[in-house]
Amino acid sequence: MTSLNVPMMDAALIAPLPSLHFDDVAFSHQGELLLGPCSFTLDGVGPTLVMGPNGAGKSLMLRLAHGLISPTQGSVSWSCGERPRQAMVFQQPVLLRRSALANLTHALAVNNTPRKARMPLAREALARFGLAARADTPARVLSGGEQQRLALARAWALSPSVLFLDEPTSALDPAATKAVEAAVQEFHQRGTRIVMTTHDLHQARRLAGDVLFLSGGKVREHTSAESFFNGPASSEAQAFMAGELIE
Amino acid sequence: MENNNALYVALSLVLNLDATLYQIVILSLQVSLLAVLVAAVIGFPLGAAVALWRFPGRGGAIIALNAMMGLPPVVAGLTVYMLLSRAGPLGEWGLLFTPSAMVIAQVVLVLPILAALSRQKVEELLGEYQEQFISLNMSRSRMMPTLLWDARFALLTILLAGFGRASAEVGAVMMVGGNIEGVTRVMTTAIVLETSKGDLPLALGLGIVLLTLVMLVNAGAYVVGELTKRRMG
Repeated sequence: MTSLNVPMMDAALIAPLPSLHFDDVAFSHQGELLLGPCSFTLDGVGPTLVMGPNGAGKSLMLRLAHGLISPTQGSVSWSCGERPRQAMVFQQPVLLRRSALANLTHALAVNNTPRKARMPLAREALARFGLAARADTPARVLSGGEQQRLALARAWALSPSVLFLDEPTSALDPAATKAVEAAVQEFHQRGTRIVMTTHDLHQARRLAGDVLFLSGGKVREHTSAESFFNGPASSEAQAFMAGELIE
Repeated sequence: MENNNALYVALSLVLNLDATLYQIVILSLQVSLLAVLVAAVIGFPLGAAVALWRFPGRGGAIIALNAMMGLPPVVAGLTVYMLLSRAGPLGEWGLLFTPSAMVIAQVVLVLPILAALSRQKVEELLGEYQEQFISLNMSRSRMMPTLLWDARFALLTILLAGFGRASAEVGAVMMVGGNIEGVTRVMTTAIVLETSKGDLPLALGLGIVLLTLVMLVNAGAYVVGELTKRRMG
């Protein structure tokens, strides 16, 4: 566990992280407002942990940020102008019906990586996440923890500038959770902007550089991890921390 | 007793590799395999395209594909007959009463099955993969080969279903092939003819081969399905 408590600020400063701007973003479905309107900027070194109770709009916010869905109002933009290279790790990893290795080479092929470079990159990523021995195993017969590590390896191979993670450990046991958290740290140290949702306070404490707190589809608070965990300013976050049921 | 005798003769025809019988079997296989191949090359991408793209009239296209799966073979035969007959639009090709005409008729029968069933399967997979695909920034045309490859085991089963339909069908090949001895006589048309002539041994022998073939195909489909479940999860 010690490795998880190392300060995470240093390496991330090497490359400037693309910052993310939500400008008056809202999302409605069939006339019902599900998120926002909200405005915020993620320009710290992160990792940014998006917290809040179930149904707060965490996953929705992540999908809007990643561009999986478009906001019905407002705009999502990046400091670098264009869309930076980004990847997302889902709560339930979506893996192709192929070997672990083929899952990575497919992603690299889609990403226009030159053919010759795909195999070494894929093998390197598998090895990094402890899956070298599983390269030829069909991805969908891997254990839950291995599947999530494979999803992380796939993201790693794509060298994204931004990585979104949507409750990546909610279905995993403690050992697998620890491996995922270590992977998140590696991405962070490589200079990747991390935006991750969780409803696990302990996990947030271990990982967060800053915290974006949502409830009822609204951003209630965006502050450094230190001040958030020392005492959140918003009443919703205070109630959440106290383990109360909130709307 | 005569029927028992016919069965005996039939078995000896099959086991002694009777030349007439095997010529008919070989032609049947050639026609049906080629038809299924052509139908797959067109039908699978077509099914995947209908699954992937949203266009006006898409619902109607899906209903039409599904309905065409039950197309009566004689209607398919009639349509191809009219197209290929001397007076028809493709009459110049001179294909009527040739094996090519039979291939075309079977493609018409099998194509909707392959397209409709692969559409269902690909759409199901797309539902599962869509967010990951968008996350990987894949275009719809780039999704197609990925989906078809990931559906490969289901597609193989669908292919076998198509082959079963093609090889067991009699009406269409009778109409456009003409059941000409040594040229367009296939198993099903030969069985009809020999039975009406009263030559039960040849009819039965062909029936045995056809039945065996259909059973092998179904066994193949079952084994593929089971292996997939076990290996790919």
